[in-house]
Amino acid sequence: MGFVGRSVTRLEDAPMLTGRGRYAADVSFSRELHMRVVRSSHAHARIVAIDAGAARELPGCVAVWTSEDVAEIPPIDFRSTRVQGLEPHRQPVLARDRVRYVGEPVAVVFAEDPYLAEDAADLVTMEVEELPVVLSADRGTEAAVIRKGYGDIEAAFRAAHTVVDLDLSIGRHSGVPLETRGAIARYDAMRDALELHGATKRPHANRDLLARMLAREPGSIHLYEGHVGGGFGVRGEIYPEDVLVCAAALRLGRPVKWIEDRRENLMACNHSREQRHRVRAAVDAQGRILGIDDEFFHDQGAYVRTHGARVADLTAGMLPGPYRVPTYRAVGHYRLTNKTPAATYRAPGRYEATFVCERLLDAIAAKTGIDRVEVRRRNLIAKTEMPYARDLDVIDTEVVLDSGDYAGLLDQALARADWAALQSELEQRRAAGEAVGVGLAFFLEKSGLGPVDVARVSMAADGTFDVVTGAASLGQGVETVLAQIAADALGVDYRRVRVAHGCTDRIEQGYGSHASRTTVMTGSAVHIAATKLRENMQPGCSAQGSFESEHMTYPYGVHIAVVNVDRDTGGVAVERYLAAFDVGRAVNPRLVEGQIEGGVVQGLGGALLEEFVYDAEGSPLSVTFADYAMPTACEAPGIAVLLTEDAPSPLNPLGIKGAGEGGVNPVGAVIASAIDDALGVAGAVTRLPVTPPRLVEIMRAERR
Amino acid sequence: MKPPRFDYHDPETVPEVVGLLKTLPNARMLAGGQSLMPMLNMRLALPDHLVDLNRVEGLAYIRETGGALEIGAMTRQRDIEFSQLVLERCPVMHEAILQVGHRQTRNRGTLGGSLCQLDPSAELVAVAAALEATIAVAGPKGTREIPFSGFPKTYMTPAIGPDELLTRVRFPLWPRPHGWAFVEFARRHGDFAVVSAAALLEEDRGKIKRASVTLGGVAAAPVRMKEVEKALVGQTASDALFRDACEACRKIEAMQDVHAPASYRQHLAAVLSRRALERAHARIGAAKMSS
Repeated sequence: MGFVGRSVTRLEDAPMLTGRGRYAADVSFSRELHMRVVRSSHAHARIVAIDAGAARELPGCVAVWTSEDVAEIPPIDFRSTRVQGLEPHRQPVLARDRVRYVGEPVAVVFAEDPYLAEDAADLVTMEVEELPVVLSADRGTEAAVIRKGYGDIEAAFRAAHTVVDLDLSIGRHSGVPLETRGAIARYDAMRDALELHGATKRPHANRDLLARMLAREPGSIHLYEGHVGGGFGVRGEIYPEDVLVCAAALRLGRPVKWIEDRRENLMACNHSREQRHRVRAAVDAQGRILGIDDEFFHDQGAYVRTHGARVADLTAGMLPGPYRVPTYRAVGHYRLTNKTPAATYRAPGRYEATFVCERLLDAIAAKTGIDRVEVRRRNLIAKTEMPYARDLDVIDTEVVLDSGDYAGLLDQALARADWAALQSELEQRRAAGEAVGVGLAFFLEKSGLGPVDVARVSMAADGTFDVVTGAASLGQGVETVLAQIAADALGVDYRRVRVAHGCTDRIEQGYGSHASRTTVMTGSAVHIAATKLRENMQPGCSAQGSFESEHMTYPYGVHIAVVNVDRDTGGVAVERYLAAFDVGRAVNPRLVEGQIEGGVVQGLGGALLEEFVYDAEGSPLSVTFADYAMPTACEAPGIAVLLTEDAPSPLNPLGIKGAGEGGVNPVGAVIASAIDDALGVAGAVTRLPVTPPRLVEIMRAERR
Repeated sequence: MKPPRFDYHDPETVPEVVGLLKTLPNARMLAGGQSLMPMLNMRLALPDHLVDLNRVEGLAYIRETGGALEIGAMTRQRDIEFSQLVLERCPVMHEAILQVGHRQTRNRGTLGGSLCQLDPSAELVAVAAALEATIAVAGPKGTREIPFSGFPKTYMTPAIGPDELLTRVRFPLWPRPHGWAFVEFARRHGDFAVVSAAALLEEDRGKIKRASVTLGGVAAAPVRMKEVEKALVGQTASDALFRDACEACRKIEAMQDVHAPASYRQHLAAVLSRRALERAHARIGAAKMSS
């Protein structure tokens, strides 16, 4: 019996559970200096002068840099989704002439210990001339417009039996890993090698980007990944601090360590999600969609970071979801504001797009009087239509839905939730005065982003196996899953397989871990390499595997949630939650369930609790965990997971689809739908997060 | 997140503390550290001297004396939570303390620390207002007592001198049986309340004889709703009475912050004070049935 498909115990847990983990802050080198960033306290201002004199004189302070000291370092470039018009808005590593958000790095201090570094940073003063602040994408500078679509949208609306239109907003929130960012650089003159520790997500791509910025050969830079306390998209991109520690290690000749504190993390690490959509759908008399027309406003914050236009691109490319949408138009206004720069957060663009798409489906149901499940059934793409090509691209790939039995999963989820009985139970409770309701949201995910991945498998003298990959591990169980895949191909026990990841000096090529790609892409490469090795399995032998993929693979799911609204306080309690998700094939079902459960809780944060709030001057108000309210275990409902494997992907040897983002994707949509149902008001929720004050306002407006 | 340099002092008696406070410029006292330590790390507090109270003798106790509960300033919140005396004689404090932070923070957090921090949303501060506690502070001229109504000076600032320390709090007890409730609305379990309400009721032959209604989290300090109390005394308890009386809470001048606008706090004030009164009244009935 093989290991793939079994919930075997994780290989990577022992050091973490016994307190011997090595996170970024645990990495230390002798003679290291500590870096502290001086950040702008102005949302938009012209820099008149920066006075670092007092800081430089502080004993123990070794250097203070401002933009003049790093004039040769170019702004941080894009690694993906390059779109015309964005280049002028890339972020310099230290602000030049102007500051554009509170938290922007203005200067850096290097000192003998972290206490002195903060003392010195406090002595740096800045004279500025305040400039007008823009805090809404309704007005911000338009850096680019993302346009996607197909078909004659105007004709669809002319032919419509019914048109629904909505104005929907998703709040600014983001992934907030419990381990903050950290970067430790040192330069080894003997090898002419620059090392950066604390890397993750995309070590090889980040090495290449650093090489270009620091004008070095990529082969002379090595990135190392230790344990990582969560990534969620925000961790492991190149930020100003990563470049600065590297430049300082080279210039000052000593190792340089920077560990982000939580206050910095909440104002300097990537934000995400903030969009407003003005969307309409044309439907025929039977509730079938004829066209969707979406104009949206993407609040990018002050600069364009490494992802370029990726989030807006994904939003526009994924919005039609699992439905047959004959005509489609999306116009995304990519706008800059004086807030923290935004980029990808787990299910980027899809959390937003699914909220919009499913709000539309609920609105269609309400306006046509057709049951909301039936409306979805009529519009879902059928199993017989697979593979289903859409005349649409997303992040530079054509959208071809590879496989799926959407209606089949909907049936299974409804059966598991006992939908009919649930409806009558909730009706009775509502009749008794409770504001309880159930929400349902279907969603389409995407995973397995190409173009390629590689792995090397070798047999050691003691009969164990080394799998060397360019993947990264953000805590999700990469080592275990890749070992399971290798073990089955080799015909050995998975505990005899060691998996290397995250280190650029172990393997020439690597594509990291992001976009729910690792199990699909790296897993397939490992499978191919291990299969090859098995043909000649002897100590000392090794085999290389390479896996290419032009198209992404598309998992899909349904979430159902029961909520109880306190009509007096506006508080929302999530009583029950079901997440149904088809991943083609689950290598380790328990780990997939863990991914889903964690994602659901994050999704509830964005739906009910989390929001980066700014005051009128652009000062961030959510800079501690008291004010940025992430859900805790106490707020997490019991989550039932219905994991199915009905539609294996035809695109890879194991039939795998990625499972990292199906937990979070539809949560905003399903909670909005459940609150509508609890209040008995279709379309009541138009904005996330649904905070208690907002919900009290919604109920008050309804009574008027 | 690294505190600036300060000198650390570790006295063992109250007179030693007073002596240090009298001579040291810009000193702060460290009790349970649940507010001060983050403030130091974020450099929101910049003391030159830190006077640690954790080894000072005789500041941790809970006792009943002369119709009141006396609790020492350094009594841990966790000890109040598990005190049988508090549970039996002052159940409103027990109900409140279960809503103070988390088990981990209650292990360290103290009564005196919470009162001196004087967070407008802190549960123990609201309880002190509800019970009309008396605060004892020691200073160079000995010990003096301050009624709680005069304890908050301004936002998060108690009316005690830089050379004084809070040593004891006296909570007058309500007779048995009485009605009590502490209810709050917080975004998450363990958060400071957006708004909290404490209610105490004494009834005599079906009529309300005495009432205490206190709101936390609405204004800079807890608000005793005298107008509500007056509307209740002499009346027969009913849902309609509570609802109508509590409408007055909507008129309080309320704070706003990142979690809630003032109008929402006013709304919650009316909702939660009503709920607290309903629960307090129900408990009198329950106490009578069981006695």
